[in-house]
Amino acid sequence: MADVPTDAPQHCPGTQSEQAGKSSACQGCPNQSICASGLPKQPDPAIEEIKQKMSTVKHKILVLSGKGGVGKSTFSAHLAHGLASDESKEVAVLDIDICGPSIPRIMGLEGEQVHQSGSGWSPVYVEDNLSVMSIGFLLGSPDDAVIWRGPKKNGMIKQFLRDVDWGGLDYLIVDTPPGTSDEHLSIVQYLSAAQIDGAVIITTPQEVSLQDVRKEITFCRKVNLPIIGVVENMSIFICPKCKKSSEIFPPTTGGAEKMCQELNIPLLGKVPLDPQIGKSCDEGKSFLTECPDSPATVAYRNIIQSVKEYCSSHKVSDK
Amino acid sequence: MEGDEDKDNLSSVKHIVVVLSGKGGVGKSTVTVQLALSLRQAGKRVGILDIDLCGPSIPRMLNLQSKDVHQCDAGWVPVYADRERTIALMSISFLLENVNDAVVWRGPKKTALIKQFISSVAWGELDYLIVDTPPGTSDEHLALVEGLQRYSIDGALLVTTPQAVSTGDVRREITFCRKTGLHILGIVENMSGFVCPHCEECSNVFSKGGGEELAKVCGVRFLGCIPLDPQLSHSLEEGRDFIEEFPQSATFTAFKHLAQAVERGPP
Ligand SMILES: Nc1ncnc2c1ncn2[C@@H]1O[C@H](COP(=O)(O)OP(=O)(O)OP(=O)(O)O)[C@@H](O)[C@H]1O
Ligand SMILES: Nc1ncnc2c1ncn2[C@@H]1O[C@H](COP(=O)(O)OP(=O)(O)OP(=O)(O)O)[C@@H](O)[C@H]1O
Ligand SMILES: [Mg+2]
Ligand SMILES: [Mg+2]
Repeated sequence: MADVPTDAPQHCPGTQSEQAGKSSACQGCPNQSICASGLPKQPDPAIEEIKQKMSTVKHKILVLSGKGGVGKSTFSAHLAHGLASDESKEVAVLDIDICGPSIPRIMGLEGEQVHQSGSGWSPVYVEDNLSVMSIGFLLGSPDDAVIWRGPKKNGMIKQFLRDVDWGGLDYLIVDTPPGTSDEHLSIVQYLSAAQIDGAVIITTPQEVSLQDVRKEITFCRKVNLPIIGVVENMSIFICPKCKKSSEIFPPTTGGAEKMCQELNIPLLGKVPLDPQIGKSCDEGKSFLTECPDSPATVAYRNIIQSVKEYCSSHKVSDK
Repeated sequence: MEGDEDKDNLSSVKHIVVVLSGKGGVGKSTVTVQLALSLRQAGKRVGILDIDLCGPSIPRMLNLQSKDVHQCDAGWVPVYADRERTIALMSISFLLENVNDAVVWRGPKKTALIKQFISSVAWGELDYLIVDTPPGTSDEHLALVEGLQRYSIDGALLVTTPQAVSTGDVRREITFCRKTGLHILGIVENMSGFVCPHCEECSNVFSKGGGEELAKVCGVRFLGCIPLDPQLSHSLEEGRDFIEEFPQSATFTAFKHLAQAVERGPP
């Protein structure tokens, strides 16, 4: 059913069908008039251009969650720091949270601007082998709001993939906003020819979060996006004074562990709540180097190792 | 449903409050629910409109996950949280067949449904309609502001957590409010300080003071801090009424003050 868009209404007859734009399922679909006009629908030429551009990028990883504020951006940044600690690897982070970009601050790049080079926009470098692209670098002031509807956001994402001078990369990590909407559909569609290794899904332990994450997993399955695994963030809190643990976000339905069992997805690890993580993020430093011995760092490192292993085995099975 | 746009189901709604934040997971839905429960305790009739279409949280927080909405002549009948019908809720959850269904929609479809939510829910008489929103400044937010244009909105309640990562996004949301002419009722700092239940030591798990600081910088009223309280997250998980169950807690007092500030209206 290649011609049924992933965001189509139920019972969509398909864009190439005789009934396209005319069946009852087409009522209210934003594409109804395009389909009804009978214009032969060409695939977006950008998809092929992006494939060319991405031919020098070995691994592409999405960081996703249905739920807001669970630590997607924090994880994306630390995954990048962890991978880039191997100096022989080239790593980049692409932030496609267009309305709420957090990556510039978390990676210590607030106030930086992108530069135009002969071959496109140059990303901003944290270290020699770690580069970043975010809409945050295109805004003039911390008050600037990006009040954009879907199509403009999609256009920006296309530009980020096609017009940024990424160079040769071992890993491209994509940080996303919460949800299953324009940004998510666009990144998956634009990278469809270039292929994505898979998605890391972030959640917190409570059901309020898991219920949204299950929707995100449904989305991944719908668009055939492989799932590398799930990270449970903010699992427990150890009081620095009495050393006893508290479940601030209680896993009332069994947490990520039970969800992963039920849905047959790997659980990559659990990261505890640690006030130093928030502090490192606010200061734009890597928590992994700020607090190398903390339990959260150990958890992050194990997860990063699993992601590496997934990617290398993935590459083998691909060739 | 034809002519929906012209229906006026909000004519008997006295006040409209929008809960906003540029940042995800800061407690917008939590504040929405606790504000509704606090206003109800003060004798008000409250409606909640949940326009987070991809990640609706309110039904679970009120223990209404498995409910359906029905049609009547005036439109959709909202789901009531109690027999006395003091809290009414409309959410996309009630329209899904399966709880795990993903709503994979681009902007125009989201906009269409939000407009329909605004015109076609038969709220009846309400003292307050509280709108819970997803994070950001995009389709849902624009659809809401457009859809409510002909009504007078009390204003927006901005929720943040103390960290700079969060207040930075909320700062952009303030610009959104100013650009779209949405009045700002104030800023609430949520998840502010955690008191260890074992030793009473207070830890600033997500830092401290960022919300108040932001309010100052942006010239917006500061409406107080809500502590990080495991009893609150627990109540929300099980859809219990925190406001009825924990009247002794500091968290209760913080929400009461918030509700009073909302009742007092714009400064
Ligand atoms: N394990 C942790 N312990 C303490 N603080 C954490 C932890 N993980 C993340 N944080 C903090 O929680 C806040 C939310 O994290 P983050 O911004 O990464 O979430 P997000 O999922 O990207 O949010 P959004 O949905 O808004 O994009 C940040 O201030 C971050 O520093
Ligand atoms: N003060 C608090 N103390 C303890 N837990 C809290 C507090 N505020 C919110 N939570 C919990 O944090 C989680 C996130 O809160 P909530 O879902 O209300 O955020 P949100 O801003 O609506 O998120 P989203 O951006 O995904 O819509 C929930 O599980 C909630 O129960
Ligand atoms: Mg983020
Ligand atoms: Mg919410």
